[in-house]
Amino acid sequence: MERIPILRMGEFLIVTIQVDMHDRLATRLQEDLTETISRTSATGVLIDISSVQVVDSFIGRVLGNIALMSQVLGAETVIVGMQPAVAITLVELGMTLAGVRTALNVDRGMHLLRRSHSRSSAPEGRHGSRGT
Amino acid sequence: MAAAEREVMTIRVETDVVVVRQRVRAVMVDLGFGVVDQTKMVTAASELARNALVHGGGGEVHLESIRNGGNVGLRLTFEDRGPGISDVQVAMRDGYTTANGMGLGLGGAKRLVNDFDIVSKRGEGTRVTIARWK
Repeated sequence: MERIPILRMGEFLIVTIQVDMHDRLATRLQEDLTETISRTSATGVLIDISSVQVVDSFIGRVLGNIALMSQVLGAETVIVGMQPAVAITLVELGMTLAGVRTALNVDRGMHLLRRSHSRSSAPEGRHGSRGT
Repeated sequence: MAAAEREVMTIRVETDVVVVRQRVRAVMVDLGFGVVDQTKMVTAASELARNALVHGGGGEVHLESIRNGGNVGLRLTFEDRGPGISDVQVAMRDGYTTANGMGLGLGGAKRLVNDFDIVSKRGEGTRVTIARWK
């Protein structure tokens, strides 16, 4: 059965979407991710969509669902690497991806995740306050 | 490979939607469209192909390269023989959904293209025609 791989790196899960997803593959990723978050107690999810050339309303909705469901399970989701043409198209389509955190690239996305992780695990420390 | 003047693709299963997206992208590239135009047209095609599959029970799409004076464009016609849409104006509204979607399919697709036309008859099916000009 075709699947998008989910990599685990410490507290975080990393997904790189490198195929043109049909709807069921996108829904399966959503299910696999929620299951993996709950099994591993991950605190952050990074989804790299830099190879994704089309985000239509269905895939946009799946990305929004992943962000919401991970939040309910105590993990934060960051979507990174959206191509400019995809961003322009999403806005005209009417999808704002409200509630979804985004970052320009993997480095910045990881920085965001580490910052919120260190904040929640050490509330009095001010680790990684760079850029706030 | 030059863009076909006219070709037809069937939409019967979910992976056909992906194949339609990829073919529309390739034809847009052949016609010399920029990446933003390509992405808008491919995204609109994806919405309409999914509609034909989910609401129309499958259908087909016709791809045609078109010309108007010196201007070049691509026209896509999506046809299904599904139940049809009882009120097209309502269905075009953002947020309208009968299936499991965001309700952005029809209205969203219209905003991504230059020309948009929809004809739907109860019990006979739906035909949506879109075009994007360079």
